[in-house]
Amino acid sequence: MQGPKTVFTLFGFPITESVVNTWIVMAVLIILALVLRRRLELRPGKAQNIAELLVDGFTGIVKSTMGEKNIGFMPYMATLFLLILFSNIIGIFGFRTPTSDINVTLGYALMTFFSIHFFGVKAKGLGYLKGFFEPIFVIAPINIIGELARPVSLSMRLFGNMLGGSVIMALISGAVALFVPAVASIYFDLFSGILQSFIFTMLSMVFISLAKD
Amino acid sequence: MEHNIFTVGAFALLGAGIAMIAGIGPAIGQGYAAGKGVEAVSRQPEARNDLWVTMLMGQAVAETTGIYSLVIAIMLLNFVSGLLK
Repeated sequence: MQGPKTVFTLFGFPITESVVNTWIVMAVLIILALVLRRRLELRPGKAQNIAELLVDGFTGIVKSTMGEKNIGFMPYMATLFLLILFSNIIGIFGFRTPTSDINVTLGYALMTFFSIHFFGVKAKGLGYLKGFFEPIFVIAPINIIGELARPVSLSMRLFGNMLGGSVIMALISGAVALFVPAVASIYFDLFSGILQSFIFTMLSMVFISLAKD
Repeated sequence: MEHNIFTVGAFALLGAGIAMIAGIGPAIGQGYAAGKGVEAVSRQPEARNDLWVTMLMGQAVAETTGIYSLVIAIMLLNFVSGLLK
């Protein structure tokens, strides 16, 4: 399995395929948002119905996992979900999935990691840091290692699933050329992509709301 | 004792295979979670959506160890392909 290829170099920084494919995903999402926003009607058409379903569904999920008072997290979580989802299923169109690069998933996991502790400290003040020394203070190193393991396990889960999926897809496409890769692609690209992006967002929501209260 | 490149590569590949034995654990764990999920749905069919989400979350967390072993196996394969270059 080769790593992502370097497309070009900008001021000495290598710009890899993962970065370029993430730009493509971002462009698709921005264009989609602008197009859907332009023609909002009281009696929604097909596209607007799907968009409203998405927003309503996500509002419901955030309400049920984080509680009514944390509804302000909904736009961030929905953005994270859509970004990871589109990054995962871009593999169907022949691009290299950006999420099968550990740097990308570690970036997403670090965003969650910093928001966990930022919102924890913001909600509870210094009492949040006291939580590390419970139940007894001897256990503090274990708690801190546990906290540091969270972004590692979050990023490794997404990375391993997507990389494993693309390795297996490459093996299947090499072995059988007809029909079988299409069926396997439904599971490895579509199902596992949707599931993993959902799980990443769900775990982020659970961790942040746990840190807050 | 002499270490040549092929012995090192062969043992690294063997290690990759052994690392994937860890796949047994998540399989058992996920199957257990799925079985309990079916039990819970049959007992309380109206809570189906919540149970489904909870089951998937638990399975995703149980999967972590298997994914670690997969990442280690892929790292070893990369090591071998770098060694032979």
